[in-house]
Amino acid sequence: MSHFLDRLTFFNRVVDEFSNGHGVVTQEDRRWEDGYRKRWQHDKIVRSTHGANCTGSCSWKIYVKGGIVTWETQQTDYPRTRPELPNHEPRGCARGASYSWYLYSGNRVKYPLVRSRLLKLWRDARASRTPVAAWTSIVSDPEKRASYTKKRGHGGFVRATWDEVNEIIAAANAYTVKTHGPDRIAGFSPIPAMSMVSYAAGARYLSLLGGVCLSFYDWYCDLPPASPQTWGEQTDVPESADWYNSGFLILWGSNVPQTRTPDAHFYTEARYRGAKSVVICPDYSEASKFGDMWISVKQGTDAALAMAMGHVILREFHIDRQATYFRDYVRQYTDMPMLVRLVKDNKGKLVPERLVRASDFAGGLGETNNPEWKTVGYDETSGEIVVPSGSVGFRWGEKGKWNLEEKDANGRDTKLLLTLAEARDDLVDVAFPYFGNIEHDHFTGTDHPSVLERRVPVKKVQLADGEALVATVYDLFVANYGIDRGFGGAHVTADYNENVPYTPAWAETITGVPRDQIITVAREFARNAEKTRGRSMVIIGAAMNHWYHMDMNYRGVINMLVMCGCIGQSGGGWSHYVGQEKLRPQSGWTPLAFGLDWGRPPRQQNATSFFYAHTDQWRYETLDVKEILSPTAPPGPWDGAIIDYNVRAERMGWLPSAPQLEQNPLSIAAKAASNGQDVKDYVPQALLSGELKLSCEDPDNPKNWPRNMFVWRSNLLGSSGKGHEYFLKHLLGTSHGVLGKDLGQDGRHKPLEVAWHDDAPEGKLDLLVTLDFRMSTTCVYSDIVLPTATWYEKNDLNTSDMHPFIHPLTAAVDPVWGAKSDWEIYKGIAKAFSEVAPEVLGVEKDVVLTPIMHDTAGEIAQALDVKDWKRGEVALIPGKTMPQITVIERDYPNIYKRFTSLGPLMDKLGNGGKGMAWNTQHEVEFLRHLNGVVTEPGPTKGLARIDTDIDAAEVLLTLAPETNGEVAVKAWASLGDFTGLDHTHLAIPKEDEKIRFRDVVAQPRKIISSPIWSGLESEKVCYNACYTNVHELIPWRTLTGRQQLYQDHLWMRAFGEGFCVYRPPIDTKTVQPVLDRKPNGHTPVVLNFITPHQKWGIHSTYTDNLLMLTLSRGGPIVWISEVDAKKGGIVDNDWIEAFNSNGALVARAVVSQRVKEGMCMMYHAQEKIVNVPGSEQTKQRGGIHNSVTRAVLKPTHMIGGYAQQSYGFNYYGTVGSNRDEFVAVRKMAEIDWLDTPTADQPSALPKIPTAEAAE
Amino acid sequence: MREAINYVVFGWYPYLCLTVFLLGSLARFDREQYTWRSGSSQMLRKRQLSWGSNLFHVGILIIFAGHFVGLLTPIWIFDGLGISHEFKQMMAIVVGGIAGVACFVGMTLLVHRRLFDSRIRKTSSFGDIAVLLMLYVQLTLGLATIVVSLDHLDGHEMVRFMTWAQGILTLQPGVSSLIADAHPIFKAHLFLGMTVFLVFPFTRLVHVWSAPVWYLGRRGYQVVRSRSGANGHRPAMPRPRQQPAE
Repeated sequence: MSHFLDRLTFFNRVVDEFSNGHGVVTQEDRRWEDGYRKRWQHDKIVRSTHGANCTGSCSWKIYVKGGIVTWETQQTDYPRTRPELPNHEPRGCARGASYSWYLYSGNRVKYPLVRSRLLKLWRDARASRTPVAAWTSIVSDPEKRASYTKKRGHGGFVRATWDEVNEIIAAANAYTVKTHGPDRIAGFSPIPAMSMVSYAAGARYLSLLGGVCLSFYDWYCDLPPASPQTWGEQTDVPESADWYNSGFLILWGSNVPQTRTPDAHFYTEARYRGAKSVVICPDYSEASKFGDMWISVKQGTDAALAMAMGHVILREFHIDRQATYFRDYVRQYTDMPMLVRLVKDNKGKLVPERLVRASDFAGGLGETNNPEWKTVGYDETSGEIVVPSGSVGFRWGEKGKWNLEEKDANGRDTKLLLTLAEARDDLVDVAFPYFGNIEHDHFTGTDHPSVLERRVPVKKVQLADGEALVATVYDLFVANYGIDRGFGGAHVTADYNENVPYTPAWAETITGVPRDQIITVAREFARNAEKTRGRSMVIIGAAMNHWYHMDMNYRGVINMLVMCGCIGQSGGGWSHYVGQEKLRPQSGWTPLAFGLDWGRPPRQQNATSFFYAHTDQWRYETLDVKEILSPTAPPGPWDGAIIDYNVRAERMGWLPSAPQLEQNPLSIAAKAASNGQDVKDYVPQALLSGELKLSCEDPDNPKNWPRNMFVWRSNLLGSSGKGHEYFLKHLLGTSHGVLGKDLGQDGRHKPLEVAWHDDAPEGKLDLLVTLDFRMSTTCVYSDIVLPTATWYEKNDLNTSDMHPFIHPLTAAVDPVWGAKSDWEIYKGIAKAFSEVAPEVLGVEKDVVLTPIMHDTAGEIAQALDVKDWKRGEVALIPGKTMPQITVIERDYPNIYKRFTSLGPLMDKLGNGGKGMAWNTQHEVEFLRHLNGVVTEPGPTKGLARIDTDIDAAEVLLTLAPETNGEVAVKAWASLGDFTGLDHTHLAIPKEDEKIRFRDVVAQPRKIISSPIWSGLESEKVCYNACYTNVHELIPWRTLTGRQQLYQDHLWMRAFGEGFCVYRPPIDTKTVQPVLDRKPNGHTPVVLNFITPHQKWGIHSTYTDNLLMLTLSRGGPIVWISEVDAKKGGIVDNDWIEAFNSNGALVARAVVSQRVKEGMCMMYHAQEKIVNVPGSEQTKQRGGIHNSVTRAVLKPTHMIGGYAQQSYGFNYYGTVGSNRDEFVAVRKMAEIDWLDTPTADQPSALPKIPTAEAAE
Repeated sequence: MREAINYVVFGWYPYLCLTVFLLGSLARFDREQYTWRSGSSQMLRKRQLSWGSNLFHVGILIIFAGHFVGLLTPIWIFDGLGISHEFKQMMAIVVGGIAGVACFVGMTLLVHRRLFDSRIRKTSSFGDIAVLLMLYVQLTLGLATIVVSLDHLDGHEMVRFMTWAQGILTLQPGVSSLIADAHPIFKAHLFLGMTVFLVFPFTRLVHVWSAPVWYLGRRGYQVVRSRSGANGHRPAMPRPRQQPAE
């Protein structure tokens, strides 16, 4: 009734009393309560998650009310764990809980946007031309092209229709394919595990086109090259539940409660259970308070700390007393018993050379299959040299002997000899490189000589080419640690307090950590591992891997874990949690994503080398190869600049290259045919004659520029744009903040293998297209921005390495405004392309060059030496001494049809992964029934459909062993052929389990154990990396088949990383040239620039979410210590500028005791678009944390064609390290918000041309 | 013409205002419960508010009470109590003057805050600003009448306004003529005063209706609202048997 009338009850409002009148019962209107009730009422709850690279994959309930997503809460229905193990839930964090803000925020991209200048040109051109001709007329006119490329990042977007933007993109792609070649179209999207179908959408479109997918893991520098070097596996780690099984947890540069929030409860629970924990990080992080001990190590010196701990462990558990478990473990599971040849270097000193192979012996020790890929050791019982099974030579070309049983090639039991101390023929001094004496303004060194000779027991053996000295890896390894074993000689000690590399006393001077702490931690870590058979674990965050010498940091830690038998044991191991890289149903997803159902292989490129070349960061390289070359380097061509090494690697087939050749790859097959030659014969010959040229030798030549680029699911130019200002200057050609000079201007050495142009190109890209739901920094600089669905508006899949479940993203609401899911967007572009393409393209033959790939039979390509065909050292043999060559047929007018159906190659060639292969006809047949078949006439008639995002999800779930038990059994059987052991028992109990999309929507499902991964998910163990290597005796996919602690490739030895050593951070020389630039009256302070992960952004959301920004400072911040703040006259919340020759950024200062003196911390992934004024140095808006960085490559990451050191997409390759960078931090004098319009505003747009005009 | 305008403004307009005031309030109370609020901006900024708001409210409440009692109490009651017209006029000037000045200071602070504090300004509706300025002008006019009143301290003008106000409320025809010769400041004050009633239901002023005066005389510290509330929107539950109160 009426609220008012209901109130007219003044006299009978109170109907009762109680408690002597202190309480009354009334009869009044209670409808107001409904307001509160309705606050939490909703129409439906939908399960989804956040596709951020936080590794969370948390299950969330998304609430929808009146068609609007209103809020989200944590789901708590994960499948149970085992008795005595805590459950997984609740998972989620504040960042995730605030995500629904994005859907309706002002920062949402709502409609397709185009740079207005470009749209104007397009409409003018399109009025009288066909699409491709229209695009040609724009980009072939330098003035027209520059009119929009120079305005990138300066605003000026207008709304357009989907039809119009799709046509522009399609026309640009078709023009590029025809004119320059499909390998000039690149796409960048990271971390498929975040949203597999979305990734697959773009990758499938690009791959069908012949475009290039760029890797992310290496570019993000989250890829630890130490992992493939040691295990032949990229980042396989324990799930977070396995922390609970640990007895001793070291958190090394990881801030679990802050950046691994959903998993942190396992850490707390492990502590309650009694696990000891040590936290190692320079700053007093949130994790530090969890530790029994906090070790504040000088940033960037972790390798020194790890080496000293290794020194203690070796001394106390391997030398003075031999812990049986450790000794047996390293004998069976590591390369320690393998023999290494010692040779004299040019100064006459003995240095370790490569591992001895069966082929080194006369008759190859009886081995005929790949004897040069079979390593050897001494059998303890017989005293003879044997060829233990399991090395990579057994993997390819024969069957049944690739396993880790303690047997030799003939099946005889062996017990390999670890040390030659007893059986030695001699003791010799072996030279080890020492880098800790390199001078650095900000890091303490010692004055030990550059070459440390230490005494090692050796045997003399008769090889085919004469007598040689050999030592075991074990003896060299121990000597490298400076352990005195009573052999005499220099640079070894038995005293922890002596300053000899790598004693605790030595480490104290380098790292600032008291020697007692080092000894205690090492001792307890090892003691726990000995008592529990390996339950000591090291959790590592992003920090350590971002240093130039990340391999040393990692190998130092890995050595500790391996010495203590922790790898592959429950509760133990190496837990590198960086990036959500675990795409659990990978082998089901790969065919979908890279179009392997239509053509193989796809074009994939390591992004770091790509951006280094194409953003011209190589033109500013300050690191001289001589600075990193080992004093014990064997003879070799160690000249040239860093990029020269990359060029050599590309031409020797080690690394991929995009673009590949100066010539259009569509033109080559015809050329070969006209010569009457096979393509595989023509290309090597033409390369040699110079008729064909590799693109990498002249990246600044317009013929070799990337022309079109797609970015989706990424903030490539912002949070991921190392060398942000170089991107702006050279790739985009717009205003930028580069402050330094290039090599030409500076008069420094130019590269030898790469053509130098005095005028560097500015604006290589014709078209940059970004798909995003928010207006990110990348969107701001793009030519076309496409509005994509948020994580609550699409159907997709998500997995993590932190838990064993496969999780869906589901559409709680349809994409709002004009947004579409990534799948629909690329489908739309594919359709437009198919319509536009016939103007210039038909069915074409595309010549694809691919590097020598890991996990293929080709990976054993260059066994003993490095030989470069360009220097005439070796003949050109595709796939052996140069890239592999394949001819693929592209049906351009039918790209859309191919995109939306599962192609015939799955039936014909089957599927596989990581070297295994299996028949997949049954699954394809199943998909025909599940998704339906294409009924429309054409080349795809009768094939299974992939129309919707759910269809796509079903394809990958059906094809993957992790989600289809039947496939898992086939995969294990396939592996059994290699190992000669039966592994199918691991999957047979789940053979009939088939996880489908709606199953995971109902509840996250645990994956099925598969040989694609090295851990098991069962009722007995948590997922733990390398578990099957240790317990199922499956070899690691390395040269020796074992965990490889000695890296014997020529380049590894040349750069001094055969064994793990401490290497101080490199000097990037970027501060001094600009330190006194544009003084403003305040004193600059020079600080190490550290970019850790933060609390208010990324890890579930970005740093433009106002809910999160409100909890912090509302914009970019840089943390500095109180001491440094004082030096610079800075107080908390002051505006400061950080700059070096790479560029400048502005932020507010957070002055805190948390921070160590000498470093500043700027949280990663802060946005340039919120609360950022102009820089005093560059006069550009602010800059972003990547404005002061520049990627510096490392030659050892370019190695290929060498077992585990062979290229794999997101597996191995150059990485974009950035932590060695220093900046000048200076208080700002003037804050300029740059909020006035620019002078040259564009004129009004013409109307959309009518249909007639367009004909 | 002059007369006609006077008749419309002081004879008809009062009824228009009162009707809109009462029916408008009723309609808003019944239809728009969630808008029935004072719209306080205290959460956004405390500055100037505690002085401004308290001075304003204390002042305006005294002024309101003075107008209410002074205008609507029949004159024979004052006469019966022996309160002379001169004394009443002086009281009105002195008490009203003091309260008016307090209110003026308070409102000045509030107006300044509302217009020049960017955060408050951005979150203010047109109505919020309009009603505040309207009251500010009305108060200024009210204070200005003091000057006029000082010319006729015998209180006869005051009695005329009382007669007019009471005449309007008691539906006496022709009372508007009483105002015809009043000083223009008084006329403006009266007109704006009636207009305040007119806009009342459309502004935050509605919170006046809900001033929690009942709270002062409440019974019981614990209030149990019975499930079978006075409204019939949910099925009445059988009332539990009355328990003897101990």
